Formats: sequence, C-alpha cells, structure tokens
Amino acid sequence: MRTQYDESDVKRVLEHLEARIAAVFPPEKPLCVIGVRTRGETLAHRLIEMLKRRGFGEIRHGVLDITMYRDDLSEIGPKPMVRPTRVDFDIGGIPLLLVDDVLFTGRSIRAALNALVDLGRPSVIRLAVLVDRGGRELPIQADYAGLALNDVPADHRVNVHLVEVDGVDDILVEPRGESE
Amino acid sequence: MTARASHRWTRKHLLGLEDLSAEEIRYALDTADSFKEVSTRSVKKVPALRGRVVVNLFFEDSTRTRTSFALAAQRLSADIIDFSAKTSSVQKGETLIDTARNIEAMGIDIIVVRHPAGGAAELLSRHVKCSVVNAGDGAHEHPTQGLLDLYTIRERFGKIAGLKVAIVGDIVNSRVARSDLWGLRKLGAEVILVGPPTLLPRSFEQLGARVVYDFDEVVGEVDVLNMLRVQFERIKTSQFPSVREFTRLFGLTGDRFRRCKKDVFVMHPGPMNRGIEISSEIADGPQSGILTQVTNGLAVRMAALFLVTHGSGG
Repeated sequence: MRTQYDESDVKRVLEHLEARIAAVFPPEKPLCVIGVRTRGETLAHRLIEMLKRRGFGEIRHGVLDITMYRDDLSEIGPKPMVRPTRVDFDIGGIPLLLVDDVLFTGRSIRAALNALVDLGRPSVIRLAVLVDRGGRELPIQADYAGLALNDVPADHRVNVHLVEVDGVDDILVEPRGESE
Repeated sequence: MTARASHRWTRKHLLGLEDLSAEEIRYALDTADSFKEVSTRSVKKVPALRGRVVVNLFFEDSTRTRTSFALAAQRLSADIIDFSAKTSSVQKGETLIDTARNIEAMGIDIIVVRHPAGGAAELLSRHVKCSVVNAGDGAHEHPTQGLLDLYTIRERFGKIAGLKVAIVGDIVNSRVARSDLWGLRKLGAEVILVGPPTLLPRSFEQLGARVVYDFDEVVGEVDVLNMLRVQFERIKTSQFPSVREFTRLFGLTGDRFRRCKKDVFVMHPGPMNRGIEISSEIADGPQSGILTQVTNGLAVRMAALFLVTHGSGG
C-alpha cells in the first residue's frame, strides 16, 4: 500500500514539531541544533529559521555525518559516501537538539550519539524527528516527533523528500523496491 | 537511507592511480576531505574500522609513510601490526607471497605493502584474500602519495584541471612521479616533467606529459613545482654527473624561485635533501606545501584504508 503526505502535510508536521520544541527550550538561552546528514541537515535549517522567527536568539548549527560510526557498513552493500561533519564550536555544557528525518531501527541515532560523544558533552541531548515510523531495534526514542506512524509494515519504507535536496516536499510510505 | 553519490567505490585494493578513473580519484579525495575533519577534533578517533587488523608490510625503509599508515589505522580504531622485512624471516629466504600468506593466516584485513620490486603489490593482491594497499612498489606507483599530492593541490587552488604542474628531478626512478602523472592527467592538469636525459627518458611523452630538459625554460610558467628527492640509493653513477651540477641545473635555488610565478606552490614528497633539489629557505617558506602534504597524507590514508575495507569486489 502506498501513502503520500504532500507539501501541505509536511508543512503542518514541521510546524507541529517546531511548536513542541519551542515549548521546551527557553528562547533566551543558547541552543545547539545538529542535523544528521542529509535530510536531517535540511530539516535542522528549517527548524532554526522557524525558531529564530519565534525569537530564539542564540542558536548554533552543525551537521553530523554518521557514516564512520555505523555498525552496518558491511551489510548495506556499496557504502554511502563519507562526508564531513561540520560542528565548528564547542558543544559542551549547552542543550543539543539532534534532528533527523525518519526514526526507524534507531541504529542511525545510536551512531549519531556515539559521534556526538566524541565531539563533547552537551548538557542534554534531545532527539527531534519528522517521522517516527516505529520498528525500533534499540532502546532509543524520539523526544519530539512531527508525525507518528504506528502501523507501517516492516517491508515498507518511509521516505522523506525535501525541496532543498529532492525538489519536492513530501513523505512517502510504500513497499520497498517500488521506487529508486 | 538513499545513497546520493552517483558513483561508488567498489575496489578491494588500492594498487595504483593508473587503474583508477577520474571519478574514483575524485571519490577518494572527497572521502579524504571527510576524514581530515577527524584530525581537528579533541577526540581524534572514529570507530569506522574497529576490530579490523592492518599490517604494515615494509620491505624497504620508510619513516613517514609507515607512520602515516599506522596513525591512519589507529584513528579509524583498527589494530596495526608493523612487519619489517629486516627483522623477519624474509632474511631467512621466505618469499613475498609466503610471508604475506602467513601474515594473512593470522586474520589480517588489510596489508599495506612496500617493496623494491615494481608490481609487488599487484602480485600480492592476486594471492591473498584480504585487501592490499600499495605503499610503493619499486619505481612503479605510490598511489597514496599521488592522492595526497592531488588533494594538497586541489586544496590550495580549489581545482586541478587547467593547472600546470612541473615534476622535477629523478623521474625514471620515481614512483611518486608516475602516480602523480597518472592522477594529474586524469584530473585534467598539464604535467611537465623536468630532469636530465639520463633520469628522464623521452618515452614519458607517451603517457601524456611534456618532457623538458631545461628547467629554466618552464620555471616561470608553472603553478606547482613538485621537487623530487634525488634517490642516491637508486641512482647508478653513470646517470648522475655530480651533486653540484644537479643542483645548478635542476635544483630549486633562490635565484630560480624568484623567476617563478608569484603564487607558485612548492611541493616535495620527502625526505628532502636540503640544498640539493631544494633550498632550505624555500622548503620552509610560505609557498611551501611540504608539511601540509604530510598532514593531508594522514587523511588520504584513512580514506584509503576505509575505502578498501568496504569495497565489494576485485
């Protein structure tokens, strides 16, 4: 079965996510927002813009590439390109919001947490995802999810597309191997 | 997870730049770019090769390449074993392949090999199941040096295509010259080889290089000068009149340097013979990229070890 959430759905989901984040972090305190490549980075950018409009003053922004930290490199065939991590500031002592597009098994986030630990010691790390599709293989949960999909079959994939990367904003739930 | 890169790395070995396509070379350089960031952190280590074992199998002396590979392996969390031919049963007559197979039987994932015979790395790759990285085979190739030179040039100029690069000195004995030549040509640079006829056969023109016997003829037109080390250990006396004459004709002296382009970039694969192929003031001066080459070598070797580990096929 194929389900599509269109541009207006993505907008609504993102606004919902941003509102939940804004309700928790004090706007006058420093916050560090780090996106997981590739679409987490784009989502982080959008969230930062929204938070700034809301009056958040001091937001530091970084990008995390988790390829070097993955535990499934030998299982995913030809491996993805390793690209640089860009966190040009000290993440120690301030709250850190980690942003990714889809939370599934939790393994990417496990890798991201390991990568963050090597960079410093934030006061807290919170996880924001656009879509939580269930199916965890590790004890990892999102603190803020824009959209929770509880009944996605294991043989389906959830793909988030964003204008900046894919030319279109949508969320697709479809059987594996149907596209790409 | 969608893989965004349009091309992929599938090689299990890194034997030379001659075999690689321009896309593969760019892929390796981009990967090195990502690993360079690791060395700027306070925790200079990632778990990408945790549990893997790398062996440095060196049949020739080397300080920086061996150390650079060892550090690269450690920064990827791999274990590294140093195997020096001088202290091993190679002295007792064991062949290269026997030595390698014995080491492999201990559960090795990557062999980094340096050998005085050209083709040794390729030969080895056909007889072992693990990955092989060529760290210099005779006068044939030194691919990680080639990649780090390309990386350093690209970092300095933001591009490689269209640059004029002179490689100067003892070309015929140089694996660095060959790897640089392959890489630079594939990425679109113009390569000028400069040296005395005894150390620079005309046949290099067939590889796409311009061959020049008078350094002064080209010194003012090049963007990059790669000054090779005079390899006294490899040179037969008949090829080489005298050190003083070599320096006069092919050394990068202060006088010659003044006739170079203002922003000329000076490189040297090391170890340097100061005062012979390059004067100390230039080697230590602001236009020298020599230490940057060493720094970048580490990132390139991390990338090389990472790529061959996860490459899928032969």
